[in-house]
Formats: sequence, structure tokens, C-alpha cells
Amino acid sequence: MAKYTTKGLDCWGRAKELRMRYYKDYAEAHDRGALRWEGGAWSFDAIPQALEGEVHVLTEEPYGASVGADPKLQVKYQEAAEGKWGCARDLCAYMRNYWGGIVLGEYAFGGKWPRADFIFQNQICCSHSKWLQVADEIYGGTIPYFCFDVGAGPYDRIGERQINYVVEQLYDGIEFLEKVTGRKVVDEKLIQNVQNTYRSACYWAKTCELNQALPAPLDEKTMFSLYVLGTLEKSNKEIADFYEKELYAEVKDRVANNIAAVAGEQCRMLGDSQPPWGFLRIFRYLETYGVVSIASLYTFSLIGWFELDENGNVVPYPTLEEQGITIKDRDHALRLLAEGELKGKLMWAPFYGATYKNELVTKIAKQWKCDAAILHLNRGCEGTAQHQMEMKIALQKIGLPVMTFEGNMADEREFDEARAKRLMDLFLTETLGLKKIAD
Amino acid sequence: MIVGGIDVGGKNVHVVIMKDGEMLAKGDSPTGIQKAEAAERLYDEVLEQASLKRADVERVVATGSASKRAAFAQGMIADAAADARGVIRLIPSARTIIDVGAEEGRAIKASPEGKVLDFAINEKCAAGTGTFVEAMARALEISVEDMARISLESTRSIPMNAQCAVFGESEVVSLIHAKTEKRDIARAVHDAIAGRIASVARIVGLEKDVVLIGGMARNVGFVESLRKEIGMDVVVPDDPDFVGALGAAAAATAGVLEEEVEAKVVEKEKYEEGKAS
Repeated sequence: MAKYTTKGLDCWGRAKELRMRYYKDYAEAHDRGALRWEGGAWSFDAIPQALEGEVHVLTEEPYGASVGADPKLQVKYQEAAEGKWGCARDLCAYMRNYWGGIVLGEYAFGGKWPRADFIFQNQICCSHSKWLQVADEIYGGTIPYFCFDVGAGPYDRIGERQINYVVEQLYDGIEFLEKVTGRKVVDEKLIQNVQNTYRSACYWAKTCELNQALPAPLDEKTMFSLYVLGTLEKSNKEIADFYEKELYAEVKDRVANNIAAVAGEQCRMLGDSQPPWGFLRIFRYLETYGVVSIASLYTFSLIGWFELDENGNVVPYPTLEEQGITIKDRDHALRLLAEGELKGKLMWAPFYGATYKNELVTKIAKQWKCDAAILHLNRGCEGTAQHQMEMKIALQKIGLPVMTFEGNMADEREFDEARAKRLMDLFLTETLGLKKIAD
Repeated sequence: MIVGGIDVGGKNVHVVIMKDGEMLAKGDSPTGIQKAEAAERLYDEVLEQASLKRADVERVVATGSASKRAAFAQGMIADAAADARGVIRLIPSARTIIDVGAEEGRAIKASPEGKVLDFAINEKCAAGTGTFVEAMARALEISVEDMARISLESTRSIPMNAQCAVFGESEVVSLIHAKTEKRDIARAVHDAIAGRIASVARIVGLEKDVVLIGGMARNVGFVESLRKEIGMDVVVPDDPDFVGALGAAAAATAGVLEEEVEAKVVEKEKYEEGKAS
């Protein structure tokens, strides 16, 4: 008999609908006289989305991941990118997927590649600095391009100077947007978008916090499909509403009613980095042992904002309401946006050193009551793969058994599913002493 | 109690038959393409050697990368788990186990009970495996045994930097063209593999006693290179390539015992229930 009651998420269909509409809207934007722009998924869509009229965005990483989820498509796109430039395999796999689609002139969601009207890019890693510049060069390098740097420091080093550094660039960005589009950035829209960004980021963090419950109400495979909305357009009202009013409310209800993500939960796993998107079934394989992947710094804080409380615990970043803040004007909105992204996005901290990653991940492992960790040594993203082996040692030091497997988030040629399962069998049966509870 | 252990690897099959913890018979043969047939054939040969029939064996456990092809086995055990059980049985003081076979190199941190505490595997890199040595021996036009022997006579250390077997072979060919002595090339190959394997072993941590098993443990040249690379003694048990099969047989024994224990518990429960009613 199953250990816990389980059921699918009621809001699952809504999440799928929002995602598909996003990609459709982008493709059809020009038919409706709307603007199209490309940019990074991690932050600051609130600003271009505040332009007058209808505006749609295509964020790079989720698009690369969507291609990565389809093994046939990804190989086709990877090979197209390699054929064009002879890309080395250690370049970002999302970026290669993205480039390959453009080289072929194909949009993964159907039809021809929809060219953007402008690029509004945030520089979070070396790939993002060049990603869309190179993509645009395929068509002659004619799309207006603005790139700003968010490398202001880790969450615990953010003060006025760091916020000013980003905000000043955002002002330059607004000037750029107005010049190249001939449209104004509307302050009312900007303020609304920043409020929505806070709601998306803070309520996703609150939802992740609920996963500390025994049994966990969410499994990471499901969470992958849920956090993606925030990487598409976290400033969007419908997406913010989804996180606050639908998902958070439902997960809270699941915790109150002891509804588990996996009926046979007997081992809570910590993960790391992006998964091999074309092989998410490995998470279902883990479930045959009663293993549920429930937490990861990446899954939590790619879009979620967190902070450390006075006891050093990882807790959700406070919403504007909780802080008692009402946004007054453009400057206030930009400063709050920069502050939230720089202080709340813990995911940026590991770029500043292994100590940050080790500290945050070990805290998460303890607070979310993880029994073990399986780390995907992701050869497709150098940014998230850095410090992984140091992290393994840090987790082992707090007594957590750790397994690693090599793979790639979006290049199936670098993932050996049979071998990964063999390693999992060994780790789960021998190191953790688990037995299969289902086939 | 008679049990069997079979290790169906990428290159060779190994079978051991044990009675009450003592080795009755063992044998090995190439795996070939028809892995299932090779496993069946060798198993029957080893049984015949021990004057036994299949029905005499209480349980057989399979391990190795092709363990699923041993259809006659009643159970399976992961290869690293079989290694740990096999090694601890032979060398109870072992804490770090390095297994270098034809297609994979791995390091295991084992508990005194033979439990796998941590492991690391040389993934997607043929340059740290026995197959690489065979390819290099072919390039040098000598046997693997001779390559092992002459590498010990080398007095020169030549770094091989290639990160994969294909480029490694190119490097060997370049050394041959440069008229480098075979013994020095042989040592360079063994040193290169030792370097790969040592870095894998460092992931789990090198703790005494370090035990080397797998087919490459028979290669004296590689053993010497590994000792130098890790700066520690390396213990090689007798028949190091049979350790996986031995561990599988140990698991078969444990499995039978476990079943017996479970059966006794059930009997006791039935007895208690009967008493209560």
C-alpha cells in the first residue's frame, strides 16, 4: 500500500497553457503590430516589457532547454551550429541549440525563425556576453543590441554602490529602448512589472520553502516545468498571478493535507545544476526506489529570491507588501528591481566562489531534510558546473552521501542513460541501502 | 551451501563456484559478441570442473557491465558493489579499491563490512582502461605481457598528454616515428593510465590499504606506474580479475542467508498468529 496520498497538480494545465501561449505570442507578435525582443532569462524583463503597446520576449536559455528536451531536434540544431562555426562541445549547450535553430531558420515551436526587433541582454556569464551578438550576426548583425553587466558581487556584498552600478546601466538601457523602438517606457507599466517580478520571485521561493514538508509536496521534475515560467517573463501579471494565487496556494494546501509528490517517498534527494532535459525520465527511475529529488540551489533560485535570516537560514526574500513598500516612481522601481535581483538571487553567488555554493547548498540540504545528493556534472553549462566537486566534498562533510554522473543539459550526445542508471542503482542500493519499491 | 558468481564484463567473463565460503572452481573466457552464450557456456564448463549440475547451485548472482545477459542468474549486483564485497573478503584492511578493467576504471571507498561508501568512475574516457593498453600494444607490435615487462626496464619518463585513446594512439605513433625506445613508450602509456586512474581515485580519497583489481592489475608495468603516481603501496590480490565474480558469489551467499532469515521471521509470525487465534 502506498505510504502517502498523491495526485497531480490542479494548476499543471494552466502552467502548460501559459508556456505555450508565450512562444505562440512571440511568433505572432509582428502580425499584431507588437514588438519582439530577445534577452537573457535571469532578470530585468520588467524594463523592455514596460514599453508602450504590446511587447513580447524570447528568452534564450528556456528556448535552448526546450530544444534540449527533444533529442532529435537538439542533435539537428547542434550539428547545424557545429557546421556553421565548428563549435567546441564545451560551449554552452543552450547557446548551441539556439544558434543551430537560427542557422536553419527554424523556430522550434513551428514556422520560420522569428527575428527580434532589438536585443536587451544581461551579462551573467561569458556565454551570455556573446550569445545574441553572434546569433544576430547570422543575419548580418543588424538588430539593435544593448548589453548590461550584473556582475556587481554576491548577495552579501550588495550596497548602494553595487545597486547604483546596475541602475545606471538600466537608465542607459531605457534610453536605448526608446531610441531604437520609437516608443516610450511607461512608468505605470514599469512599476506594475516590478511588482509582478517581486511576486513571481518571492512566491516561487515561498513555494520552494513548502517543500521542506514531509512528504514533499513537489518533486524536482515537476518543479523544472514550473520555474520555467519565471524564466520566460517574470514581470508578466498572469505569470505572477500563477505563482502567487494558483501554485503557492495549491502547494500550501497539499502540505496541509499531507499530499505527496511521490506516494512512496522514503529518501529525499538534493540535486544540482540543470538536468539532462531529454532524459527527465531518470527522475521517474529514482522514484522506483522511493527517491524524490526535492531541492536544489539551481531549481530554487534561478528565479526565486531568497535571503539568509538572522540564524543563517535560507528563507524567501520578503515581498514588497511584507517590506511595507509602495513603489513611488521610475527610479524607485529600478532600484528595487536591481536590489531584488542582486540580493535575492542566491544563484549568482557561486559565480563568486566555491565557498558561497558550499555554504548555501549545505544549508539547503539540512533545512530541506535531504538524505543524499545526486549531482549532475553538467558539461553543457560551465557556470553551474563550476565548484561541483568541491560541493560534493562539502556535502560529504556534513554526512550526506553524494553521487555524481556526467551529462549535458541539452546535448544528448554527452549523456549515457544506461550508465547513469547503473550508477544510480549502485548508489541507491549499496550506499543508501534502498530497495526498489516499483518497476 | 553452493553458490555461484559471474562477472560478465566488456571483454571477459569470469565465473566462480563456492561451497560454504570456499572456492570450488573458477574459469574465465572472452565475452565476445554473443555475451549470453559466452556466459552460459563458461558457467556450464566451471560447473563441470566442479562435478556439479545447475540444480546443485542454490543461487547465482551476476555482475559486470553485461550482467543482464546472464539469464540463469537469480540476482544481480552492481559491479562496484561486487568489487567491494570481493575485496573485503580477501583483504579486510582494504579501504580504497581501484578496479581497472577493459572498458572502465573506477575507484571505490569501502567500509570494513564491504559497503560502498563512495565511488567515482572514469566516465567516457577510454584512455584510462585496459582496452587502451591493448591498442597501444598493437601499435608497438608487442604483446600486452611484454609491454608490461619492458616498461619496468625504462629509465625515462615521457609525458603523454592526450586525453583520449584515439589521440593517445597518435601520440604513441609519433613516439615510434621519433625512434623512442619501446620500453619508454610502454612506460609512458602505463604512466598516462595511472595518471587518469589516480585522479579518479583522489575523488573518493586515497586511504590505506589501496587494493588494485581488474584485468589491469595483472599488468606489472601499470601497477608500478600507479604506485609511483599515488605515492602509496598498492596491494594486488591473487587472481585480481576474479574479484568481481567472487563478490557476486559473496552476494549470492548473503542473499540466500537473507532469504533464510526472512523465512524464519515469517514462520515465527505465523506461529505467533496461530497462538493468538
